[in-house]
Amino acid sequence: MQGYDFSQTVYGKSRPGRRGYRISSRPADAPRDIPDEYLRSGAIGLPEVSEPQVMRHYIDLSTKNHHVDKDLFPLGSCTMKYNPKVNEDVAGMVGFGGLHPEQNDADAQGALRVMRGLEKILATVSGMDAVSVQPAAGAQGEMLGLLLARAYFADRGEKRHKVLVPDSAHGTNPATATVTGFDTLQFRSGKDGRVDLDVLKSVLDDDVAVLMLTVPNTLGLFETNIADIVEMVHKKGGLCYMDGANMNALMGQARPGDFGFDMMHYNLHKTFSTPHGGGGPGSGPVAVKSILEPFLPTPRVVEKDGTFHLEYNRPKSVGALHSFFGNFGIYLRAYTYIMRLGSDGIRRASSTAILNANYLAKRVSGKYPIPYGDRCMHEFVATGEPLKQYGVKTLDVAKRLLDFGFYAPTVYFPLTVPEALMVEPTETESKETLDRFADALLRIADEAEKTPEVLTSAPTRTPVRRLDETTANRNPVVTVPLE
Amino acid sequence: MPYTYHTDDERKAMLSALGAESEDELIDVIPEKFHLRALLPIEKGRTEPETLRAMSVLARQNRPAAHLVSFLGGGIYDHTVPSVVKNLSSRPEFATAYTPYQPEASQGTLQVIFEFQTHIARLTRLAVANASMYDGATALAEACLMACKITRRDIVLVPHALNPRYLRVVKSYVSGQKIEIRSLPAAPRGDIDASVLKGELSDRVAAVVVQTPNYFGVLERPWDYEAAVHAAGALLVASVDPVSLSLLRPPGEWGADIAVGECQPLGNDMAFGGPLVGFMACRQDFIRQMPGRIVSATRDVDGRDAFVLTLQTREQHIRREKATSNICTNQGLLATRATIYMSLLGEHGFVELGRVCHERARKLAEMIGACGGYSLQYAGPFFREFVVTCPVDASAIMEMARAEGVLAGIPLARYFGSAYRNQLLMAVTEKHQDEDFEKLCATLKRAALVKVG
Repeated sequence: MQGYDFSQTVYGKSRPGRRGYRISSRPADAPRDIPDEYLRSGAIGLPEVSEPQVMRHYIDLSTKNHHVDKDLFPLGSCTMKYNPKVNEDVAGMVGFGGLHPEQNDADAQGALRVMRGLEKILATVSGMDAVSVQPAAGAQGEMLGLLLARAYFADRGEKRHKVLVPDSAHGTNPATATVTGFDTLQFRSGKDGRVDLDVLKSVLDDDVAVLMLTVPNTLGLFETNIADIVEMVHKKGGLCYMDGANMNALMGQARPGDFGFDMMHYNLHKTFSTPHGGGGPGSGPVAVKSILEPFLPTPRVVEKDGTFHLEYNRPKSVGALHSFFGNFGIYLRAYTYIMRLGSDGIRRASSTAILNANYLAKRVSGKYPIPYGDRCMHEFVATGEPLKQYGVKTLDVAKRLLDFGFYAPTVYFPLTVPEALMVEPTETESKETLDRFADALLRIADEAEKTPEVLTSAPTRTPVRRLDETTANRNPVVTVPLE
Repeated sequence: MPYTYHTDDERKAMLSALGAESEDELIDVIPEKFHLRALLPIEKGRTEPETLRAMSVLARQNRPAAHLVSFLGGGIYDHTVPSVVKNLSSRPEFATAYTPYQPEASQGTLQVIFEFQTHIARLTRLAVANASMYDGATALAEACLMACKITRRDIVLVPHALNPRYLRVVKSYVSGQKIEIRSLPAAPRGDIDASVLKGELSDRVAAVVVQTPNYFGVLERPWDYEAAVHAAGALLVASVDPVSLSLLRPPGEWGADIAVGECQPLGNDMAFGGPLVGFMACRQDFIRQMPGRIVSATRDVDGRDAFVLTLQTREQHIRREKATSNICTNQGLLATRATIYMSLLGEHGFVELGRVCHERARKLAEMIGACGGYSLQYAGPFFREFVVTCPVDASAIMEMARAEGVLAGIPLARYFGSAYRNQLLMAVTEKHQDEDFEKLCATLKRAALVKVG
């Protein structure tokens, strides 16, 4: 597609000679001691805009976003709960934000205490023995988990090649298996949406390194046979990894370590309220049983006589997945959140998340059937299948929800439910909000029957309407071209 | 209870709608033997003022570089963060949004990413850039994996003076695959030895990594071997400090096929080394092999210009085990800060930033040369970071200075072994004043007089 003028971008607002920010009150000269062959010859091509223009430009852009501080963001599996503002104040303290990672341990005792403290709390919540807060996101946590498994088997002189995932798994699970050099074997879920023990038995053998399982699974269902599943894998010598994306349903209620899992990751940006930032930064700490501790990435925080040190000398370690210690600023926020909630608040948060999801499911399931289970955990997966008779798809329902001022649920995932709507309201939504959202969904079902064109042409109240994704895919234009 | 709102009556009403007596009934699906009967052994909840007090106590147990005179660098730099950047990035519209799966209600995030991609493409002079990576180290690791996939080869050559923390991550990232990382020895000048490099090229070499400025602050001369690398069928992967690209020849102009780097210096806090934000740019024809999110311009049904996630068939949620990477998010909020930072500084501000950093670094280098017993280890040109050879053990000097509130630099022995014991890596930014240099030099002079060890 041709003819974008990009006048709405910051480049379109650029005028030669305009200045936004001065670095120094003295004029700075071009370097005289660096030979020309090292130097840029022409302009960079960055825009030239004033400070007030920058403010207005990005304020204008910000108003085009839906966000959880504005209204419900029911994106399933993403746990879009309220992000407490006190977390931001803590992360903004110079004592934390102004630390350079190469500083001496003695000058970073408060920071190391937070790291160690969070590790201990995450071990307690999961029922595991040791934690690494290094992974920068959930997907990197998965990567660490599989690297740990690789190191564990290598240490035992075993070579195992397969990673098992159910067909309802997050896409990151198989993608991570590939990146870490394993072959993915995907198996069919049972009729009830959970792992079918017979199917599992048929795919289990001595070549299986790891079973990756999301609990509760992506249908919002608890794996009721979890003890048997874990035992079957362990009997074959394999390890069990829990994708902890849905820990918001479990924290304070039950512990993955007790189920028998050998390792799991958390998503601090989901379960522990840190802001999603439009897509990161996240944080994906990994909790493990003691058999895997020797392989955790370095540095490890160790406490000795009340002081904290970073220790690098761990011969069996898988190395490092981050330049430094992971997303410190994020686990600082999570630590603050846990401090606010405490043991009682943690339990109340998960039970309220479960209550909210079940209540919402109950209110909408008449029009949007829930194919698997009548009780869910923290989220549920409904189907828009009945609306198809009116020529309306789940995508249309999602787009129409935007007109009502909500974000849409996760759609078309998991792949095991046709026309899926995966809804996770979280514990921080009030009954009024849940009712408002349910009312909107019911009204949309009604519209589907009477005025389906309202849905198929939605959204109309958003800053832009439906977009041409096909042309963008065929001929992506990913920058403002240079003149 | 913080952050939940139901009154007792509301809870009862909701439960009765579900035909349940209590919330415990809702978790009956969890086998009873796994139910936690007691509260977890974690402290009880605190009020906001209590929490702030407790966290302030912890914050005060740190002596942050930002409060001291610091010459620490090594990939993380203490630049001024403009008020506009702080103010805009704290807006919940950016901070509390998520992945723009519904583009109609996410145009703010999408356009910011598009502008980020444009800024990065212009800085690097490569055709395309993605929405960002976890950090500079993982961006480099992903670039190595990408190069191996594109060339179907299995050796990556890395320079001796590569950031040692990046090297650790690269090695861990490729450890599951049959990829070999080979380190090249450094030339006496501190940069890549072109003749050694050429000798290592073979039909198994997928990529040659060039980091410039390298970890020692030395500027590399990739134009001396670019043609040989490409003639051997390998890709040139650049790892660059985006601030240095204000002055230095961009990687796209010296033949880099992929460029990566760390955007922390662009308006982001040091934050004890995280969160950070990496970038990746590459040639147009590699766009479908690039990991991470990418935003494209498009139009809506009314013909309005707009932005949308594109090429998602590369990504894990569609391609699953065949995805280009397992990366699922980018570093949205930090990339937003970097975008606003570059927009605000603009062409002139960014060039000025580079000039001031370099001018200040130059001045410190001269002053250190006059301290007696100290000299620059490498004669080649530098941007804003350099290695100083000390008359005594660099760690001892660092410790002495620390006691006086000066963070003199990173002792290279920390990463490169005892042969480097007298070498100290120092970084300078626009924030440094003459009095900071004087304070450092006074300490260095005193240290030179003290017999160490």
